[in-house]
Amino acid sequence: MSAADRLQPGTDIPADRTEVPDKPEGPVVAAILAGGIGCLALGVFTTLAEASTSVADRLAWSDKVGPLSGKTIMAVIVWLISWVILHVVYRNREAETRKALTIALILIGLGTLLTFPTFFQLFAPEE
Amino acid sequence: MHFTDREWWTLLHGMVFGAVFLLAFGGGLAGLYSLRPGLLTTAGVTERIRRLKIGVVAMAVASWATVITGTWIVYPWYRDPAKDSPKSLLLADPNTADWHDFGMEWKEHIAWMSPILATVVAFIVLYYGPNLIGHDRVRRTAMTLFVLSFAFAAVAGAFGAFITKVAPVS
Repeated sequence: MSAADRLQPGTDIPADRTEVPDKPEGPVVAAILAGGIGCLALGVFTTLAEASTSVADRLAWSDKVGPLSGKTIMAVIVWLISWVILHVVYRNREAETRKALTIALILIGLGTLLTFPTFFQLFAPEE
Repeated sequence: MHFTDREWWTLLHGMVFGAVFLLAFGGGLAGLYSLRPGLLTTAGVTERIRRLKIGVVAMAVASWATVITGTWIVYPWYRDPAKDSPKSLLLADPNTADWHDFGMEWKEHIAWMSPILATVVAFIVLYYGPNLIGHDRVRRTAMTLFVLSFAFAAVAGAFGAFITKVAPVS
């Protein structure tokens, strides 16, 4: 049996395959968590802008686009800053992707709820 | 047959970027799903990874292009205070007001989650490259986020299509 016919343990990968050096899972965990934080931030800004006209006015960075301009730019800024911070924290760490996904899904779920009109309109001031 | 500038931008926002997004999603999801040791030869992995990288990056770029053109170019025309703007027309009729109060309000926000998640998936694929085949847990995580990104875009796209049918930007 040649080396090419043998397989790596527990896989169908040939034993003689040239392996690329593996990388730690930490940066992936950082990216996943930051994605969840970005989605949550979008939801928080959406509901805050609905609940307070002063917040909505402050987020209206463009007259033509209105508060959506500030909400989306702020969410992207929060996402990118959190990604940089988490990347620095996790870059050389062995971390668990499944746990990060669970946390991210919770954050994404909350973000979705906070951007759901029937929910955030509950916080609209009385007219 | 004639399209106004606004109609061209609406087409670019919804149809062109949307089509690229759909194609990239289909290819990317198939690539992620089949990236398993039992399904690919070593040569196949190299070829598949190259296509997967193109697919996930294309989906992220198309997603960003869609939300940026939608928010900064098409949306101002939609919400124009003029009486004949789509928003004004929808709100003027109680039978169509929900298209704005619910449909547009949800669409304009939830759409922005799609590029964020698509970018996370693109990063995962670019970061691991061929090593992704040995990280089944990460591959499944990437697939979950990829599908979520598509689902958010699908909600936004569907409402966009319905609202355009009821009150087009023209």
